[in-house]
Amino acid sequence: MKFYARRIAFYAVTLWAAISLNFFIPRLLPGDPFTILMAKLQRSGDIPAGVENSIRLLLGATQDQSLWEQYVTYWGNLLRGDLGISVTNFPTPVTELIGDALPWTLGLVGTATILSFVLGIGLGALAGWKRGTWVDSLVPSTTMLQSLPYFWVALVLIFAFSVSLQWFPIIGAYDVFHFNGPEWSWAFVGSVLYHAFLPAVTIVISSVGGWLLGMRNMMVSTLSEDYVTTAEAKGLRPRRVFTTYAMRNAALPSLAGFGVSLGFVVAGSLVMEQVFTYPGVGKLMITAVRNNDYALMQGVFLVITLAVLAALFLMDLIYGFLDPRTRHND
Amino acid sequence: MTDIPTPTPTETAAVAARPARRSGLRQSLPSMSGKLLAGLILIGAIVLFAVVGPWITQDPRSSGNDAMLPPQPGHWLGTTSLGYDVLAQLAEGARGSLIVGVTAGVVAIVLALLFGVVAGYLRGWTDEFLSLVTGIMLVIPGLPLMIVVASYLQVRSLWVVALILGVTAFAGPAVVLRSQARSLRVRDYVSAARVAGEKTPRIIGVEVLPNLLPLLASQFLFAIVLAILGEAGLSYLGLGPNGSITWGTMLNEAQGGGALTRGAWWWFVPPGLMIALFGTGLSLVNFAIDEIVNPKLRLAPAAAKSVREARKAGKDKLGRRPATAGVTTERTDVPEADGPATDQKERVDA
Repeated sequence: MKFYARRIAFYAVTLWAAISLNFFIPRLLPGDPFTILMAKLQRSGDIPAGVENSIRLLLGATQDQSLWEQYVTYWGNLLRGDLGISVTNFPTPVTELIGDALPWTLGLVGTATILSFVLGIGLGALAGWKRGTWVDSLVPSTTMLQSLPYFWVALVLIFAFSVSLQWFPIIGAYDVFHFNGPEWSWAFVGSVLYHAFLPAVTIVISSVGGWLLGMRNMMVSTLSEDYVTTAEAKGLRPRRVFTTYAMRNAALPSLAGFGVSLGFVVAGSLVMEQVFTYPGVGKLMITAVRNNDYALMQGVFLVITLAVLAALFLMDLIYGFLDPRTRHND
Repeated sequence: MTDIPTPTPTETAAVAARPARRSGLRQSLPSMSGKLLAGLILIGAIVLFAVVGPWITQDPRSSGNDAMLPPQPGHWLGTTSLGYDVLAQLAEGARGSLIVGVTAGVVAIVLALLFGVVAGYLRGWTDEFLSLVTGIMLVIPGLPLMIVVASYLQVRSLWVVALILGVTAFAGPAVVLRSQARSLRVRDYVSAARVAGEKTPRIIGVEVLPNLLPLLASQFLFAIVLAILGEAGLSYLGLGPNGSITWGTMLNEAQGGGALTRGAWWWFVPPGLMIALFGTGLSLVNFAIDEIVNPKLRLAPAAAKSVREARKAGKDKLGRRPATAGVTTERTDVPEADGPATDQKERVDA
């Protein structure tokens, strides 16, 4: 029980830190985003008083409130689910924009990450099993995959398969000329899958190397453990030694590392979405950055952080269940 | 592919021990394997390109050339939509990207030393606090944080971008170093130093740190790769250093200049490839370091190989006489079994 208490406490503190970071970054950094934003808005017309107030609050440009009062108001708004109003898509609430974009990212990144993880673990286990053969000389080439920038892979894939060969669409998550919006039909699902193919391949190509390498190295270490030698000496079939003795144990650190890598995948797919003009949160965040839409930008940052934290928390609970040692150590 | 051998215990014990009987020197230094050599050559070539390149190529901002020229003599990598020479930009960009990468790597590793080694060695409340900070930084996704910070800074020099990248990247190395420092702190020689009355900074500096060096080096190289990738992402989004050329800003300009739709592959392929090659070079060196830190990675494949060879050799003796003796055998499914075992080993090694 102490394990779970510690983990829950850790995530509570991290949650508080992330939310507070979101509050303090605009206030602590040099520069005057408020004036810049106001000048920008005034060029395009009058600013309603309510909007100016909410921007003041977001950027900490209020004169009559102490920092503490601002912080309390910030938390109050947050707990009511109010992340402010977008300047780009005025006057849509930030939460609504994020709500529209989130399913696209979750679907794409989630599916592609799981695919990449399963593929990497499987291939890594095989590469570890075949240690000392020609497979060893292939392993270093996976580092090449790891060093590829996500968005560059996306650029090359678009150039090769969309521009040159015209097999796949260049932009979007579904055929916007065919469908007015998301709908429940097989044709629409097909269109979504067709549009998601290259983005998903990008994620898999760029992230599979890390899983593969980690799993392979762990597999090599595990296979030289005494209990594996014992299993072989007992005359167990190689397949059984491979799956039940070696692979199950070697996969544990990869599962633990899943969380850390998740951050990289999310970050990588942010920029990738921009390349594919995929209507997810990454695209949303970058649009916000380009238009100095600070409320939207910080809202997206907060949501991404919360999503990653939630995924990590879930992984931690599962891992504690899978590997009882973690519940007792530390 | 051959079937997986299941060696008997005696075989395992007999042959698995063989590769361990190498000279002590070869085990403590990275053996000059193909991986290490390839890595060093890649890194060396790219660093050389970054140092010498800008002197021998034309001004990366001279727009006197024709626009969108494909690769040709005089412009070996073509020109951009503004008539800049891509090779010149690539050389200048190499300089920018490497400066950002190395600076961010140094910042990250110094912070990792503080948060990892000090926390791991000191334990108690200091450890709890430092680990908490590390843990928080580890789980807050780095690139979104960088995007937020960078978008508030209107003026970003190369150094500021490097600093942001370093500060957001220290957590990973810190976790690795902490767990190693924790295990080192209970070793006998560290306890002995403590009993002898050595001061904590000295114990950390003289007893603990030298044993962390391989790990430190590999984490440093890894941090450089991550920083270069991070910078490329930021720059691609237009949040990179103002006024400098890096591989990332080149990709940004290529996207803006319509390189994709106009088929100008010579503009956007080289920067990404350079990032990938440099990253590969550093990772290959890391492989060699990994094999020092974790000897199992080096010894186990070699042991598995010799087990397999021994098994094949054993099969030879039992299965059939040498072919010259004229004894036919049904075991024709093992073609490698023709030559003597020593020949075969040399072939696999090569």
